[in-house]
Amino acid sequence: MRLLTHNQLICVKKGCKDNFPLKIECEKLEQEETEYNEEFLLHVVDKLAYPELRQAGIQVGIADLPESLPEKESMASDELFLKSLHKVLLDTHVEEGALICEKCGRKYPITKGIPNMLLNEDEV
Amino acid sequence: MAKRPEHIAPPELFYDEKEARKYGNSTRMMAVQSTMSARAIELLNLPDRPCYLLDVGCGSGLSGEVLSEYGHVWVGTDISSAMLGVAVEREVEGDLCYADMGQGMFFRNGIFDGCISISALQWLCNADKKCHRPKERLEKFFQTLYNCLVPGARAIFQLYPETPQSMQLITECAMRCGFSGGLVIDYPNSTKAKKMFLCLDAGTPRKLPEGLSNG
Ligand SMILES: [Zn+2]
Repeated sequence: MRLLTHNQLICVKKGCKDNFPLKIECEKLEQEETEYNEEFLLHVVDKLAYPELRQAGIQVGIADLPESLPEKESMASDELFLKSLHKVLLDTHVEEGALICEKCGRKYPITKGIPNMLLNEDEV
Repeated sequence: MAKRPEHIAPPELFYDEKEARKYGNSTRMMAVQSTMSARAIELLNLPDRPCYLLDVGCGSGLSGEVLSEYGHVWVGTDISSAMLGVAVEREVEGDLCYADMGQGMFFRNGIFDGCISISALQWLCNADKKCHRPKERLEKFFQTLYNCLVPGARAIFQLYPETPQSMQLITECAMRCGFSGGLVIDYPNSTKAKKMFLCLDAGTPRKLPEGLSNG
């Protein structure tokens, strides 16, 4: 699971709808370099919950992102920032661990990089 | 007549390890899946740039591989852990989530630029467990899908509806959740090549694409 995906996941347990972000308990982290795609980054950056992304990075031990998001106008020329964003967002994978909803305590395990978002029948 | 897979067992059991491997290795199956995925992407009518997409019922990642080929970044969900296992083995580029589409999506609002789903939606018309009510599951799915799409985004479902009634149930549930759109049928006069795509727009309705035909 990339941190990009983590940045979208919410707790959907009955009674605890839409809780975000889920805390990452990381047991195994993997860095995998992928092709740098500036066009995608500049597009997806508008959708990000940035403080939560930065926090997720810190939770897994990567503190590369600046505290605040650079201005959109200057971002395209800010290669240093975009490279860090790419690394945190797309190249950082949580392979084993869990996602925890801090509101209701629900734990979503991550195995082989796949978060298990399946609810029990009484949680739907 | 061959039995429909959704009548044999629920998807998480039907696509067990053996079936998943078979599915992932059959060249014919792979070719059909890829063609349908490419057609679904065409129907999405996306802007000419890398998009962030959702693949519901992504299975072993065949459709996702087509999304990657087109330069898009995607997240897939599936209820068969065996199929997801094959996707991991194949080292697909998208991220995978283990989930039941009938329980709804689990993403923040307004995230995905589009959604594709190949041969998955008809499974929702089945009541595999006592607690499964198809209408409720369909509505839960469509409502939460609507929310996680960017306003105006499109979702394309390739499906094999079993009866006109199940198709009607699917469409009604989608409309009730705010989607507009309709059915696109490719090669309607060919029993072999005929393919159905439910084309849904989240918000502003767009012109429905035309189906393909031979003449
Ligand atoms: Zn929760």
